[in-house]
Amino acid sequence: MADVTAGTNPGPKTVSTADVVRASLARRNRKQTLLQVLGLGAISFAFLMLFILIASLVSSGYHAFTQTHITLDVFIDPEEVPLERLPRGGFDDVLEASLASVLEDTDPNDRATMRALGGLLSNGAQFRLRDRVVEDPDLVGQTIAMTVPVSDPYDQLNKGLIDRETPEQHRRLKDFEIAWFDQLMAKEAISKPLNTGLIANADSRFPELAGLKGALIGSFWALFVCFVISFPLGIGAAIYLEEFAPKNKFSDLVEVNINNLAAVPSVVFGLLALAVFIGWFGLPRSAPFVGGMTLALMTMPTIIIATRAALKAVPPSIREAALGVGASKHQVVFGHVLPLAMPGILTGTIIGLAQALGETAPLLLIGMNAFITSAPSGPFDSATALPTQIFIWADSPERGFVSRTSAAILVLLGFLITMNAISIYLRNKFERSW
Amino acid sequence: MMDGMRKIERDTAASDIKIQARSVQVFYGDTHAIKDVSVDILDKTVTAFIGPSGCGKSTFLRCLNRMNDTIDIARVQGDIHIDGDDIYDPSIDPVQLRAKVGMVFQKPNPFPKSIYDNIAYGPRIHGLARTKAELDEIVERSLRRGAIWDEVKDRLHEPGTGLSGGQQQRLCIARAVATEPEVLLMDEPCSALDPIATAQVEDLIDELRRNYSVVIVTHSMQQAARVSQKTAFFHLGNLVEYRETGQIFTNPEDARTESYITGRIG
Ligand SMILES: Nc1ncnc2c1ncn2[C@@H]1O[C@H](COP(=O)(O)OP(=O)(O)OP(=O)(O)O)[C@@H](O)[C@H]1O
Ligand SMILES: [Mg+2]
Repeated sequence: MADVTAGTNPGPKTVSTADVVRASLARRNRKQTLLQVLGLGAISFAFLMLFILIASLVSSGYHAFTQTHITLDVFIDPEEVPLERLPRGGFDDVLEASLASVLEDTDPNDRATMRALGGLLSNGAQFRLRDRVVEDPDLVGQTIAMTVPVSDPYDQLNKGLIDRETPEQHRRLKDFEIAWFDQLMAKEAISKPLNTGLIANADSRFPELAGLKGALIGSFWALFVCFVISFPLGIGAAIYLEEFAPKNKFSDLVEVNINNLAAVPSVVFGLLALAVFIGWFGLPRSAPFVGGMTLALMTMPTIIIATRAALKAVPPSIREAALGVGASKHQVVFGHVLPLAMPGILTGTIIGLAQALGETAPLLLIGMNAFITSAPSGPFDSATALPTQIFIWADSPERGFVSRTSAAILVLLGFLITMNAISIYLRNKFERSW
Repeated sequence: MMDGMRKIERDTAASDIKIQARSVQVFYGDTHAIKDVSVDILDKTVTAFIGPSGCGKSTFLRCLNRMNDTIDIARVQGDIHIDGDDIYDPSIDPVQLRAKVGMVFQKPNPFPKSIYDNIAYGPRIHGLARTKAELDEIVERSLRRGAIWDEVKDRLHEPGTGLSGGQQQRLCIARAVATEPEVLLMDEPCSALDPIATAQVEDLIDELRRNYSVVIVTHSMQQAARVSQKTAFFHLGNLVEYRETGQIFTNPEDARTESYITGRIG
């Protein structure tokens, strides 16, 4: 082309297009390189921040993934635990006695020593023993092996979080207590297995017993209710607005308001839920059902917007093709447009649900930060959710909750990453060309 | 306003005239795309629409099956009757109209479904086949008429979007004939086809003419001359000339038609 222009142009045009292009090429390439470097820089920065976040969580949270346990031979003394008084009985005394029998320099008749010994075990140990004995009363009078969690200070000691060099008066464990623990270590009574209680236990005042079960089930119910409400309603609203509603001032107004709704701070939805769901309708406080309805208020605009965008992205030629063979409007929408938009809708929905999973403020307002030591058995039972559980633990003074808070955040992040990965997978799997 | 006139015409030529358009105007917002076009399209005839790009051929074609309804800014005025029924009458359901007036679009637009489902979709929604065997037969017959059966018979369950552009267009032709429409509107059906496939589609058009009315938009003068009996020349939204194909190419009346077919405008 260059030669042709040069040849046909009258006048002294001696520079060919190729030369002009060559001259500007370096500048253009430089711009492109700059853009690439900036992009890489931005991504690296984002990754660095993510890495720091995860690393700090892991470094403080990994302790919570194991839990120090002690294995004891417990003689269930019929004098302390008389058969006829079950389920009551001196289970704590039984445990203390068995500890005393293992350790040297302990006088079973000294109350103070015995109390200190009891402090070695988790508060839940006696209830575990009780449950076992109640289940099988024949155990009374026998000696059984039990593995129970130790209390938080000893757990910290075992994990190296209590410095033995600290002067005794500033330490949570006295010298003789550390000596006991070392004796138990020497007898190989101490183990540090994976902390299944983190997932399997409900909340507790004692960090060594506290787990996420209640929060996980609470979050599950809240998300389930949120999905069941917001998915059909959101898709229905989006289909109506995008495909059937007449385009006029009113539909513009609706559109603006839906976009506004998506931007309303979540705490406002919490206040609304408190006033309407709990105040007017009298629904129970702290219930995942109410939490799910509140989250649905927030998720719905997200789903509506994502669905409308996905419907819009379906090329008009597909609609024309279907209309052209005589499909009715609803056949076009439900037979062609909606299936093609589904990956986009699902992606938007999952992202909306992931947001809902991490949402804290509205759940605090409807009381899902209550202290509840049993997992909910349905959506109407009081419960916490993952983010509110993190909030509660972060607020607790016990040392053991520090690592548990980080561990809970890691669990939450794990769910979020899984959900986002699913949405990316769906998007790639169903991505089509037309 | 033209009721009297239309009555008389219908009485005299009802057996021949399939589509009767009177004073059709189309606006896209402020753009006046079709200006006062009146035309009678005959049954069992191939009618070619020719004219330079942007003169409104597609727009007019899309009026005939109310496809312009789907464009928000499009406004259609005037009367169009098919078999004597006003197709813009509120009592007419566009769905029924489009089952009767099939269309092949300018750009191939197969559904992102299997080849089989592309063809079977129309017959299915209209309930044209009672059994699977009947549907299979319709699919095969339509694909044969679309001159694509041999290429796809072993891959009927692969996606229609995986075909080449020309194959997709023939698939769309097959899809349009599968519902046995009475009128077939074809917007440049051969623009993406090689000469062999073009010849096959032209044979199909010739065959369809025995029972149907076919309207074809084409940029190829030769094609218009080969397949059509009547030709309409559009220019800047006006219908300039509408006559027997033979006459329009050998003996055009209007200076603009002559310039166009001799290659001076377009
Ligand atoms: N959807 C639309 N919105 C606005 N204007 C349109 C639209 N479709 C067509 N037009 C305008 O209407 C006029 C006629 O367009 P049309 O598509 O009917 O031309 P055509 O004769 O089919 O051209 P071609 O041979 O290139 O297909 C053009 O000026 C075009 O810009
Ligand atoms: Mg066109």
